[in-house]
Amino acid sequence: MAKEEYQTKIRSQDLSLFYGEKQALRNISLDMYANKVTAFIGPSGCGKSTFIRTLNRMNDLIAGVKITGSAFIDGIDVYGPGINVVNLRKRVGMVFQKSNPFPKSIYENIAYGPKVNGITKKSDLDDIVETSLRGAALWNEVSDRLHSSALALSGGQQQRVCIARAIAVNPEILLMDEPCSALDPISTMKIEELICELKANYTIVIVTHNMQQAARVSDYTAFFYIGELVEFGQTKNIFTKPVKTQTEDYITGRFG
Amino acid sequence: MREHRKSFIGFLAMRLPMLATLLIILTIVLIIGDFFFAGIGHVTWEFLTQPPRNANTEGGILPAIIGTAELVLLMSLAAVPVGTITAIYLTEYARQTSIFARIIRFAVNTLAGVPSVVFGLFGLGFFIQTVGGQMDQVRWDQRMKSLHAVIAAPASPVAGNHIATVALVQTYLQKADNGDWTDQATKLNGFPRGTVARVNADIVERYFRNSVELNWGKPGLIWAALTLALLTLPVVIVSVEESLRTVPRDIREASLALGATKLETIIKVVIPNSLTGILTGSILAIGRGAGEVAPILFTGVVYSAQEGPHALTDQFMHLGYHLYILATQSTNVEATQPLQYATTLVLLVLTLALNLSAILLRSHIRRRQVA
Repeated sequence: MAKEEYQTKIRSQDLSLFYGEKQALRNISLDMYANKVTAFIGPSGCGKSTFIRTLNRMNDLIAGVKITGSAFIDGIDVYGPGINVVNLRKRVGMVFQKSNPFPKSIYENIAYGPKVNGITKKSDLDDIVETSLRGAALWNEVSDRLHSSALALSGGQQQRVCIARAIAVNPEILLMDEPCSALDPISTMKIEELICELKANYTIVIVTHNMQQAARVSDYTAFFYIGELVEFGQTKNIFTKPVKTQTEDYITGRFG
Repeated sequence: MREHRKSFIGFLAMRLPMLATLLIILTIVLIIGDFFFAGIGHVTWEFLTQPPRNANTEGGILPAIIGTAELVLLMSLAAVPVGTITAIYLTEYARQTSIFARIIRFAVNTLAGVPSVVFGLFGLGFFIQTVGGQMDQVRWDQRMKSLHAVIAAPASPVAGNHIATVALVQTYLQKADNGDWTDQATKLNGFPRGTVARVNADIVERYFRNSVELNWGKPGLIWAALTLALLTLPVVIVSVEESLRTVPRDIREASLALGATKLETIIKVVIPNSLTGILTGSILAIGRGAGEVAPILFTGVVYSAQEGPHALTDQFMHLGYHLYILATQSTNVEATQPLQYATTLVLLVLTLALNLSAILLRSHIRRRQVA
């Protein structure tokens, strides 16, 4: 295996998270590599979504959350002093479980992030909208109706609008929280193909309940169980010869 | 027997709601129908475009229409922004359990339960006497200073300890400064005139000092509008709050995840998505405010006026109050009755038109959002 494959983009170190008294994450330490897809699997409530939301500090919005430990992006702790959360979120894009386009036109959805970041020139915005939609493999389907509502699109198209919207601000990392859980198999396939294309430019972290999906799209897989990282490794190893029995039980469908 | 009773209850359960619905429809039809047929004949072009004449027994209601419209407009300008901002604070910023948020909520609920006439008295005491009175006093004190300077100037006939006739002081004041004291100088007419009446600087100043001119410290459009705004504030706050809460969390998160700040998210995502709710709140407030008479009783409404208000401090006529006047204070009941019907019809049409335009606006925005 070539050395450059191990270029760490995100490093989580002893990261713990508490919802009030309840501990939801227990000393999570792992590295996520640049231009790789890292998948998080595990039963519901095991903390995988909570974990990826710590990476762009979306958990800050929930009252009563306490976080200890560190999450480094390019070696800088996102929980360190002087970190601007808004700038962090521009670098770390996110796609949510339920597609959540703004109730605006497709164009306005994609242009929202760039506009917030101060891009106002119409021609620039036009370019960004087109590149982002092409990047999300949606351009051919919607180029003739950019100004109609994003809510009129199908579920799969809406989710790709959300992906286009996320990449429109040119992030370095894409966090995807079960992006296909509400989609039909064909839409899911399109998004999976998209993920494989996107990793050329982005570091992707994806949470999924679907183990076939994790096996198909990811390079590395982490198995979470009740707030703990049980096992982390190359996807092919995790799925063919897991070290821990818990992992094996889960992926072979004995529980979960 | 039991079967019989059961079927009777079933019968009641079905018919009672229907009856209640019918009653409501009947009431509306009766009210609108009665006033429509009795009033329509008197709603003439003249009625809508002329001021009242002959102690409100003839002529039209134009000043009342203008007065009501301006009052409601000013009230909305005050209540809607303040209410919206309060609602935004309460839903978006305040921690729901914080003491401060609870106090605000308690205050809003209490405000909603205060009888409207109490608002009127409050407006009189607070806005007119305290705020307006203070504004007048400050302005008057400034003018007294300039008067003092003018009177003490070397050119003044009463400079130093000199004594002069009232007429001389008047002439001097009228041309002494840039006309600032012209209107006041004529007031000296109250003084005993002629060569006998001589005054010194002290007397002139004392005379003016005791005659504070009322401008803000009297009933006027602005105070009536602010009083009404207080009354409608809870309506705005509650409905805007409700509409803000309906904006789903996931689109707020989507905006934040794109690097928008909280304020940007509120302005660009939350408010546009609850615009219909904010509009509804404003319309409810306007509807409530347009119909209230008690709060404006002491704060600016008048029995009769020849024109609509031109300045914020002007007193004004109001459709609701005009109705009350026509119904209770008429010198000629026969002549007044058709005017009453017609005024009521105008008030009803205005209110319905307001509601209708609101509904149209709302559905238009909703359509634009979905399409």
